Amino acid sequence: MSARLVPAGADRTGRRPDVPLRITVDGEPVDGVDGQTIAGVLLAAGRRTWRRGPSGAPRGVFCGIGACFDCLLTVNGVRDVRACRRRARDGDAVATQSREAR
Amino acid sequence: MSRHVVVVGAGPAGLGAAAGALRAGARVTLLDAAEEPGGQYHRMPPAAFGAARPGRLHHGWSGFERLRDRVLGHSRCDWWPESAVWSVDRAEQGPPHVHVLRGEADGAGRERHVLRPDALVLAPGAHDRVLPFPGWDLPGVHTAGAAQALAKGERLLIGDPVLIAGSGPFLLPVAASLIEAGGTVLAVLEANPAATVARGWAARPWELAPQAGKAGELAGYAALLARHRVPYRTGRAVIEARGDGRVEEAVTARLRHDWSVVPGTERTVAVDALCVTHGFSPQLELPVAAGCRLRGGAFTEVDGHQRTSVPGVYAAGEITGIAGAPAARTEGLLAGWAAGGGDPGDRAAAALRRRRDRGRAFADRLAAAHPVGAAWPGWLRPDTIVCRCEETAYGTLLRAADGEAAGSARAVRLGTRAGLGPCQARVCGPTVAELLRDRAAGGDPHRRPVAQPIRLGELANPPVDTPDKKESAR
Repeated sequence: MSARLVPAGADRTGRRPDVPLRITVDGEPVDGVDGQTIAGVLLAAGRRTWRRGPSGAPRGVFCGIGACFDCLLTVNGVRDVRACRRRARDGDAVATQSREAR
Repeated sequence: MSRHVVVVGAGPAGLGAAAGALRAGARVTLLDAAEEPGGQYHRMPPAAFGAARPGRLHHGWSGFERLRDRVLGHSRCDWWPESAVWSVDRAEQGPPHVHVLRGEADGAGRERHVLRPDALVLAPGAHDRVLPFPGWDLPGVHTAGAAQALAKGERLLIGDPVLIAGSGPFLLPVAASLIEAGGTVLAVLEANPAATVARGWAARPWELAPQAGKAGELAGYAALLARHRVPYRTGRAVIEARGDGRVEEAVTARLRHDWSVVPGTERTVAVDALCVTHGFSPQLELPVAAGCRLRGGAFTEVDGHQRTSVPGVYAAGEITGIAGAPAARTEGLLAGWAAGGGDPGDRAAAALRRRRDRGRAFADRLAAAHPVGAAWPGWLRPDTIVCRCEETAYGTLLRAADGEAAGSARAVRLGTRAGLGPCQARVCGPTVAELLRDRAAGGDPHRRPVAQPIRLGELANPPVDTPDKKESAR
């Protein structure tokens, strides 16, 4: 199994029912929940990687709090956004990034 | 006009500092990069989740709520969420000026502000330190802090099943968070042998009594692990992660007290995610930029009143030592009181100082119980990535240090690009410094004049006028 959201009904924090949202990642629709970061949406949707390092090695979330910059992506045309810090909004157009030599 | 105190960071230390400064009669601007106060320790679920009982995930929640409400609701406190301090510059007179970007994380349209406080309290906290090992750059390998932040802050389980490894008491609350979120924790591996952990914790037992709350918290986690039959093993570590494009297996091994591997004790375990932590890296870029002297090159040096070596600059929490949230809050209260112009002879302040000293003793105890063993580089192979951003391998680093860049840590960094990628050595800095210690001198892994990324367009915009009054109330 991979990453998953704790179901709202079983959440001990008394979370209200999820409000769905949809973003696109390189044009593909990905469903998430209002309040999630973009990293949260991608992880819960079964994606672990969305960036490539200089050698082409895959990268995703490492530190989860904005220190490592492994999870950078482009949001609505703005480059180098940390997916773990940016809240997802319905309709966000996300593009993956690469540092591979061209 | 009362003194204006700027507090950077709204975790336990920063909230404490704001409370202390308000008590002393000062006007406070409290800044944090997050949307909600609490820091990493009291990391909040997003407002959109409408969580009725967020305290279910937290220790000391009611105390935190009281402190938060008292500070944020105070008429002399101005709360600035989503505010990243990207630089402090040394003023000719008085404390440094504080350069702030306000707005959505890494967004393009943030506002620039410059604050010129009468006193500055730095409480930016720390993040996980993770030592490299072969495969630690595979997706699905995370810091323990990532697992914790996602579980508390987004109600997301990082994977299932998970193995947790490294060193320090933080391994336990991370395991508890994953279990709470419905995951299976295969084991918690503490790299130090039981004798080291026990010696550190059991020494001078009279010092432990004031930390009974912390000890009780840890005992609660231990009982939870036992209930869920999660083994806690000492003297064992993850020395390699393997997988095709993502982590699939972890290789664990028995360690000697210096963290060298006992040959023949390797075991392979299938995992969906691996969470690792080997202690914490304090976020020292702001104190270094302000010109504050460091203690042992690792923490901000402070005196009995939490004053740094720079007039008007105070420090509190994990940048002065790693001792947990209650100790950080105490340091914050003391720093804020002094920064706000409070009487140093005040009786309550004296009591705080005694409590702070006990917190420091607790930090020493933690460091003694969970040291990083000197032989850990034995896990590395020549092709093991040390700098994740630039993919600098261990062998490349050593070749540069022994070859053309011999003797200069700076030359090694420039030649191999270690620490020069997007994270600016936040992750690999302490590691590279340690690996080069006997080979190349110089360089400060904490020097980062631009503390948070700023876009050129934002830099080109002039700062907006910052109103000299409270502009928001909770």
